[in-house]
Amino acid sequence: MTAIPQPETHATSTPPRTAPIVAMNDIRVSFGGVHAVDGVSIDLHEGEVVGLVGGNGAGKSTLMKVLSGAQVPDSGEIRINGQRVTIHNPRDARAHGIETIYQTLALADNLDAPSNVFLGRELVGGLGTLDDAAMESATRELMERLNPRFKNFKAAVASLSGGQRQSVAIARAIQFNAQILIMDEPTAALGPAETAQVRELIRQLKADGLGIFLISHDIHDVFDLSDRISVMHQGEIVGTVERAGVTTDQVLAMIILGKKPDEVTSEELAALH
Amino acid sequence: MAQPSSAPTPTIPQATRPPRRSLGGALRVLDVDTRLLGLIAALAVIWIGFNVASDGTFLSARNLWNLSVQSASIAIMATGMVLIIVSRNIDLSVGAMLGFTGYTMAMAQTQWLPNGLGLGLDNPLTWIITLLFGLVLGAILGGIQGFVVAYGGVPSFIVTLGGLLVWRGLIFQYAQGQTIAPMDPTFRLLGGGPQGSLGEVGSWALGAIACVAIVVGLILNRRRRASYGFQVRPMWAVVLVGAVGIGIVLGGVWVANAYPWPEALANQYAESNGIPIPPGGLIIPTGIAYPVLIMIAVTIVMTHLAERRRFGRNVYAIGGNPLAAELSGINTRRTVMLTFAVMGVLAAVSAAIQTARLNAAVTGLGVQNELDVISAAVIGGTSFSGGIGTIPGAILGAVVMQSLRSGMVLMRVDSPMQDIVVGIVLVAAVGLDSILRRRASS
Repeated sequence: MTAIPQPETHATSTPPRTAPIVAMNDIRVSFGGVHAVDGVSIDLHEGEVVGLVGGNGAGKSTLMKVLSGAQVPDSGEIRINGQRVTIHNPRDARAHGIETIYQTLALADNLDAPSNVFLGRELVGGLGTLDDAAMESATRELMERLNPRFKNFKAAVASLSGGQRQSVAIARAIQFNAQILIMDEPTAALGPAETAQVRELIRQLKADGLGIFLISHDIHDVFDLSDRISVMHQGEIVGTVERAGVTTDQVLAMIILGKKPDEVTSEELAALH
Repeated sequence: MAQPSSAPTPTIPQATRPPRRSLGGALRVLDVDTRLLGLIAALAVIWIGFNVASDGTFLSARNLWNLSVQSASIAIMATGMVLIIVSRNIDLSVGAMLGFTGYTMAMAQTQWLPNGLGLGLDNPLTWIITLLFGLVLGAILGGIQGFVVAYGGVPSFIVTLGGLLVWRGLIFQYAQGQTIAPMDPTFRLLGGGPQGSLGEVGSWALGAIACVAIVVGLILNRRRRASYGFQVRPMWAVVLVGAVGIGIVLGGVWVANAYPWPEALANQYAESNGIPIPPGGLIIPTGIAYPVLIMIAVTIVMTHLAERRRFGRNVYAIGGNPLAAELSGINTRRTVMLTFAVMGVLAAVSAAIQTARLNAAVTGLGVQNELDVISAAVIGGTSFSGGIGTIPGAILGAVVMQSLRSGMVLMRVDSPMQDIVVGIVLVAAVGLDSILRRRASS
């Protein structure tokens, strides 16, 4: 049995930087006896991207739904900036500066871009009348930064391209000064140019100090963008590793075998190839 | 606008958008709803066709005035049906709610108010108390159904089918087939007729106010968009839109005023007021009927609600993507419940108009109105797949339907044949619409 180069691994702690902006401890969610998320702990710091990877049904999306308010956990605690919080619905999550960009985009296809950006948080003027001009103006300003080629502010988003729709979804997440961003497969529906654009945007948001959880099937996305990578397998965290200390093969082994790199034998690794 | 769908949108680079065709380009510059223009064109064809076939009777002031009054009650309810269908629901109970609230309002003014509060049929307060009572009752009936749909999770088709049977059953149970008549004289004005109209001066004054509102609205809108540095319509387009709007308003007032009071009624009026009757008879212009006035007010309020309010925006969001609406923090249940409550209120408004017009409440009041109301909304461009539909479209849809019926009556087409024609037109209109929409989205 040959030893495999061992990266540093972390359970929930990171090198002492700032206190984590998100700390989820011992989160459990089960659906009719199936433990979708089984005692998971994970954290996130300011200006950090944590990649969350794992096979189908590993529990990544369910874990993130807990944080975004779309799924109430059976047990476990969530701390935002050290404060213990309860998140029962998407509104609670937003109140704590948590925004989610869903895999399915969650746009109202029949409405235009400004209406989608401000969905559920519409700007109103005097007498409670919608201030469409102000919403369009804010959206234009935001798009200037996110996707300068975006010009279609009056069309229903159903008529926009995948990349443009993704811009709208991202604009919606960052319009309200989010502190924490959850991105569920942000590049899944995009072409190469648009993927590059979204990657650039993630780097920019990270530089702005946002903490980002990035769920992706694309191991290259995760490697290019993340500071740390958490691997989930059958509802549990296999391990959280510093991106710089691992190879893609090691992470793939964690995803597929559900074992930390130091537990994997070379035979098992060879069998993967 | 394309149909909302969950299918992924093809990725098209921005640079390869189709080039603007001249007509489409002009319409885009005008920034008007092309679907609405299509409806207006269809209406024009129907009107001109019937006018030719009826040797000019169809487009007479008298027929158009009657058409406006006949369209009002269905058009009012159709505006509410738009919001219901846009949020992916349906209300089959509007006719029964109309009957129930109409019957109750009749009881209120003929029995409860005179016996309970000692307010007679000619008391000036009777009509307004009765009307408010009916509106509140409508909100409660609709609200109950909306509550069961939104919070109980029962499909709206079932809830309102049950509602139809319950409300209609209650009328029969409680009225024992009796007709309640007559109505309070002031209340009766809500139904229109020569006295229930604005008259010449009032109609012109209202027309003038509407023209000022159009001009001011266009200017304010343009200024507001310009202040944000957005692209605005070229001046010629604004002037054209304004001129067409003013033309329609003034034309409508002119037609309403061109319809005089019936001669006997005018003579009676002249006698009782000591006015000498000129040779050729006294001509008293009727003006805009109160039901039409109510319809205009409802249109303005409902358009405001649908387009300028959070509530309306949320209704459209729910229709476009219910999950997205929920995840974005919209209180979808309350919103859906409210759409049904609004529908109930509008059914009560139409109930007041219909009982006032009949001067009686009959047990068959509003029977099958739900079908006309749904048809009007759908002909007006409201889509059952949710998220799409406009209030002005529904109004036009109601006018199209009523024009077909009224024209066929003029042509002496009997009632079963009318139903057949309206049925075919309904299906054809929706079929054509979805073909055009598919073509536009591909």
